[in-house]
This record gives sequence, structure tokens and C-alpha cells, in this order.
Amino acid sequence: MIWFLLIFPLHAFSATPQDEARGRQLFTEVRCVQCQSESIADSDAQIAGDMRREIRADIAAGKTNAQIRKELFAHYGDYVLFRPRFSMGNLLLWLLPPLIAIIGGAILWASRRKPEKSGDYALSADEEKKLRDILKKHD
Amino acid sequence: MTHINEIGTYCLVLAFCLSLTQAGVVIAGKGRGIARYAEGISLAGAVSIFIAFAVLIFAFIRSDFSVVNVAEHSHTDKPLLYKISGAWGSHEGSMLLWCTILLVYGAMITLRGQGLPEGLRLKALGVQGLLGAAFVGFTLFSSNPLARLAEAPLQGQSLNPALQDPALAFHPPMLYLGYVGMSVVFSFAVAALIEGRLDRAWARWVRPWALLAWSFLTIGITLGAFWAYYELGWGGWWAWDPVENASFMPWLAATALLHSAIVMEKRDSLKAWTVFLGLLAFTFSMMGAFLVRSGLLTSVHSFAVDPQRGILLAAILLLTAGGGFALFALRAPSLAPGGLFAAVSRETTLVLNNLLISAALCSVFLGTLYPILMQALFDKTMSVGAPYYLAVFGPIMIVALLLVPVSTLMSWKRADLKGVVQRLAAAFAVAVLAAAVGSLFYKGPTFLSEAEYLIGLIVGFWLIFGTARTLMQALNFRLNAAVKALRRLSGVPLATWGMIFAHIGLGVFVLGAVVEGHQRLSVMQGMSLGDSVKLGQYELRFQSLYQTPGANYDAQGGVFEVKDGLGRIICQPKPQRRFYPASNQVQSKVALCFTPLDDLYVVMAEPQTGVDGVMSWQVRFFYNPWVRLIFFGPLLMALGGVLSLCDRRLRLGIVRKGRKLAVKT
Repeated sequence: MIWFLLIFPLHAFSATPQDEARGRQLFTEVRCVQCQSESIADSDAQIAGDMRREIRADIAAGKTNAQIRKELFAHYGDYVLFRPRFSMGNLLLWLLPPLIAIIGGAILWASRRKPEKSGDYALSADEEKKLRDILKKHD
Repeated sequence: MTHINEIGTYCLVLAFCLSLTQAGVVIAGKGRGIARYAEGISLAGAVSIFIAFAVLIFAFIRSDFSVVNVAEHSHTDKPLLYKISGAWGSHEGSMLLWCTILLVYGAMITLRGQGLPEGLRLKALGVQGLLGAAFVGFTLFSSNPLARLAEAPLQGQSLNPALQDPALAFHPPMLYLGYVGMSVVFSFAVAALIEGRLDRAWARWVRPWALLAWSFLTIGITLGAFWAYYELGWGGWWAWDPVENASFMPWLAATALLHSAIVMEKRDSLKAWTVFLGLLAFTFSMMGAFLVRSGLLTSVHSFAVDPQRGILLAAILLLTAGGGFALFALRAPSLAPGGLFAAVSRETTLVLNNLLISAALCSVFLGTLYPILMQALFDKTMSVGAPYYLAVFGPIMIVALLLVPVSTLMSWKRADLKGVVQRLAAAFAVAVLAAAVGSLFYKGPTFLSEAEYLIGLIVGFWLIFGTARTLMQALNFRLNAAVKALRRLSGVPLATWGMIFAHIGLGVFVLGAVVEGHQRLSVMQGMSLGDSVKLGQYELRFQSLYQTPGANYDAQGGVFEVKDGLGRIICQPKPQRRFYPASNQVQSKVALCFTPLDDLYVVMAEPQTGVDGVMSWQVRFFYNPWVRLIFFGPLLMALGGVLSLCDRRLRLGIVRKGRKLAVKT
């Protein structure tokens, strides 16, 4: 029993390097709710430290990133997520830029000039004659 | 001496009246007769606003606290540089700086534009006059920096210590030279739309102005990023903060404009689009100024704000941009379509460049405005930060950047795709190889981050090697005649050098951003004297404390020692905590260790006394690999812009016959 108590806190907070790296990546996605546009990775405010501790504990407890994001959202609302949720209200935010690129690209593709048409640069017999006349004049 | 400030205000009034008249004579004169007076008036306006600005700077140098703005933002103990930069450290002062630059650019249209058709030049001056009247009027009536106090205080309130920094002293002037430089492009765009004539010559006149503004903007944004990096003490350089985005959007629009103007100049194509971008670039500049001052955004970069001024600025923004775009909608359909081009041609790649930059610009625009709109319309708070931009802006830009070397090797009208691919294959292989080797040194938390790293490195190296391949093409480089080819180096036109520097600079920046973004290490720990902390292979030891008086502050600093993996001492960073008695504020000063590419970055927070009575400091220690490249790359890009500008064919305004040309012919 004593052995368990001694080992438990150590187990809960000794993160593997992978967990630590995952945590650090998550920190950049979470806004420090009392700071000015800073993530909890960048802020040295008290609350940022508390939130980092919480997330580390969540990771150690085996929660996935999606679960952690969901819990943060439930607790603090949209404001805490630097990566906005993919919701109806945010559709425009997420989809408009790639759609501009894709639809614009499609329009370009549809309106491209056919190479065989544009490749026909040869002069007609009439134009050849005109050209020769002009060149003669300049000689 | 006592009335010198009133002379300044008088000059401001004069500049306002002159701007109104400048617009008035052009409108009344309909391009002839009295319209010609607009030229002289533009010079007079520039001189008078310059005097007003000089008076403000002089008031700051003299610490004349009878001027409200000086009393609120200066102090007798401040070093001279920060007294002067205090002149643009506030909303009022920076508006005057904006107006000064605006009117000086107007005068430059007169001085450097004598080679342009008269109708176009005068109309551009008229538009410039309208812009001048709007902004000088706004400054004069709502935010006069020279307004006086009835009773002058004995001492001023000093400037925010975070702004007392060399990088930030020059950041606003550079940024504004960029922002306001776009006004010239805007004026020329409106003038050409009124004239109803848009041709290749127009693109040739406008491109140098866009290049000039773009180069200043590049330097201004870089200085801002560098300031945020080493003054704010958070170890990063770009936070996708709305105010940073506000400066990034005009830069993106200007970058697209520079490229589409090339197509218009060379091939008489993309006319309407180029004019549209010209209007857009200045609209985004004005929007940046509006967003920062309106109170809609809160940020470390923004000024103390006032909603009423915000409404006035919004009105100016809507009227000018609205007018410009309405005119565009009216006239654009009548613009004759220009030169045709095949699907595989440099034109097509530049159109793709513009399309992708527009999509990327759209993501920055949405990301900046979405939270504001959500708040205003639905009273919902939300955040958009770095992860969004990396997910949306990132992939679009990757495609755009991969296209760069392909585009520069394509020929106009019709290109041989197979030939281009053959020429670039080796460069691409080298880039992939270099990126693969680089990736060996990175172990990411997820597969995705490792993939990002590899792709990022490929893009960076590809930009550099692919651009080098373009240079070899320009030199007609052959291995067996290498010396001969190198002799041709001096024959490469400056505009080509400009392109090469800009694209290589972009590659250098990408490499820095990717490596720093993924490999950065940091640790934060409470440290007492004698403590040490490990970070990667480095060990930081807190050795001693020191105190030193500064110009207008008292500094307490720590002396640290950094050892590398072999136990060698590599540097002694000395971060400081500066106390500014004038404003009763403390500012942390970062210490950097200078290695060629990487930074070791140490910053200490305020001391705390523990239960055992031992003092400790929260110390943050960063290892930022390759971070230097992030600031060096954009400087190369700006240098490229300047080189292009020096090209004989691209001088501002006039096409002069150079001496070289005369000798050759």
C-alpha cells in the first residue's frame, strides 16, 4: 500500500519524451485566457502554468488530443482554442481559402487555350506577301 | 520659440488646404488649364507637412511638455533616439508621420513623373490630393499631435519602455513608407480607370512604385518581428496576432501585384486584375491602420485607442476604397483583353501565383476578421491562431512556393514543359536530398510533424537551388565552360538579380522558419544563484547578480554561463530587468548568445522569495536553431527589391536613356 502511494505520483507525472512533445504541441493550440493573444506555451502567467499542468496530467492519464480539446472547449468555450472548431459557423473560415484556389484553378483549366490552336503561328500566303512587301520597302 | 508649435499647427492647416486645392484644381480643370497647378501645390503641401512634422520632432527633442502628446509620451531623461522616435510612438504622432509620407510621395509623383503622360500624372495627383485631404484632415481635427495644454506639467509620462528599442524606433517609419507607398499605386490605378486607358506603359510606371513600397514593407515587417522576438521575451517572432496580420495582408497583395504587373508589362495581359490588386494593396494598408487604431483589436502592438477615431477612419476607408472599387466595376468590363498565351507559359504560372497568393491572403483576412465579426454579429468570442494558419495558409503557400523556380525558367507565351522539367530535375533532386539529410536530425512527436518538417525543408532548398538553376540559365552555364559563363555575371540585368535575391531570400526564410518552428527547445524554471538547468545539449548556470545604471533606467541583471555538450563554456548571457522610474514600469531585457545561425536566448522574470527566504527568478531559456535565417531571408528579399529598382528600365517614373545604353548603341 505504501509502495503504491510512493510510486503513484511519480508515475502520474513522469512523462515520456513523446508525451512531453505532444503536450508542447498542444500548448501552442491553447489560448492563455487571461493574456493578450498568447498561447499557454508562450505565456509565463500563473494560469498558463496551471493549464499546462492540467494538460500534462490529461496526457499522462491517456487522453487523446481530441478529448483534451473537447474538455477545454466545454470548460472555456471557443475562446480558448487557437484552432477554431470545424463547425457550421466556421465553415467559411476553413473552406473559403482552399475553395478559391481550387475553383480558380478549375476556371483556369477550363479556359486554357488549346495548344494546337495557339501553336498555329504560321503566316497565311496573303500575310507572307504583305510581309515581303514591307521588308522590301525598308531595304 | 514659444510659438513654434503654433507654426507647426499652422503648417498642418496649410497642408490640409493645399491637399484640398490640389484635388480641387484637378477636378475643376478637367486635366488642362489650372489642373497644372496641382504639381506646384503638391510640392508646397509636402514642404508644409514636413515642417509640421519637424516641429513635432523638435518639441520632443526639447521636451516641450506644453504639447499634450509630448507630455504623455516623453520624459527629459529619455535618450535622444527615443525622444525622436517618441514622435511616432503614439496614435497622433504616427498619423502625422503617415500624412507626411503621403504628401512627400505626392510630391515625388510631380518630381519623378515628368516623363508620364500629363493627363495621367495630373489625375493621379488629384487622387493623391483627395487622400491627403482625408488623412491630414483626420489628423488635424481629431488627433492633432501639436495640441497644447493650458498648463505644462514639469515632467512627462515617458514612452512605454517596451517601445524604447532601436528596432522599434525604425519599425513605424519603414512600415509606413511601405503602407503609404501603395497610395501612389492606388492613385495611378484610379487615374488610369478615369482616363479609361490601361496599357503596358502603365504597368511599367507603376511597378517601380510598388517595388519601392514592397521593399520598405518587407523591412518594416521584419523589424517588427525582430522586435517582438527579442524585446517581448516570449522566444517567438510571429504570433499571427491580428496586428501582425494587418501588416502582412498589404504585403501579400503587393507581392501579387508585383508579379501580375510583370505580366501586364511584358505581355499586355491581366490588366483588370493588376489594377484591382493596385486598389487592393492600399485598401489593406488603410485597413491595417484602421484595425490597429479602432479598438477592435487588442494586441501588444496596438496604440491606445478611441472608438470615435475608429469610426472616422472607417469612413475614410469605406469612401476611398469604395470609390476606387466602384470605379473599377464600372470601367473594368471595357478594358480590352490583352495578349494571349498558351496553357504552358510563364504567364500561366504567374496567374497561378496570383491565384494562390489571393487564396492565402483570403485565409489571413478571414482569420483576422472572423473573431471580430463573430463578436459583433453573434456576441460570441472565439480565437484564430497559429494552428489555423498552419493548416490553411501553409498548404496553399507550399504549392505557390514550389511553383517559383518552374515559373522563372518558363518562357513567355509558350513554354516547353518537358525542357523546364529536365533542367530543374537535378536542382529538385539536390533539394530533396538535402531535406532528407536534414530530416535525419529531427525526431518529431508525430508522423505529421516529421512530414511537415521534411516538406518545409524541401520547399526551402528547392527555392534556393531552383533559383540558382535559373541564374545558371541566365548565364548559359556549361560545366566545361564555367569560367566563360562566370564572366557573363556582370551582364545579368539588375532586375534579374533582384528576382534571384528575392527568391533565394524567401528560401532562406522558409528554412529558418521550418527549422526554428520544429526544433526549438525551451525550459522555464525558478532559479536561485548557483542553480543550473539543462536544455538539449546545453547547460545554463546562474552565476551571479549585478546592478548597473542605464540612461533612464536602473538595471538588475543576472550573469549566466552556458556550457555545450562537451563542457566548454560558449557564452555568458546577461539578461536584465530594467526599472524605468519615469513610468514606474519594469521591462525584461533578453540576452542572446551569438552563434552564426542559432540563438541561445535567456530572459528572467521578477524575483520571488521562497518560504526559506532564498530569492529565485523565473528564468526562460530557449534554444532557437537557425532563427537568424528568419530575419536574414527577408532582408535579402528587400535587397532584391532595391536591386530591381536600380535597374535602368525600372526607374521611378521616367525611362531615361542611361549612359551604358548610349555607349552600346
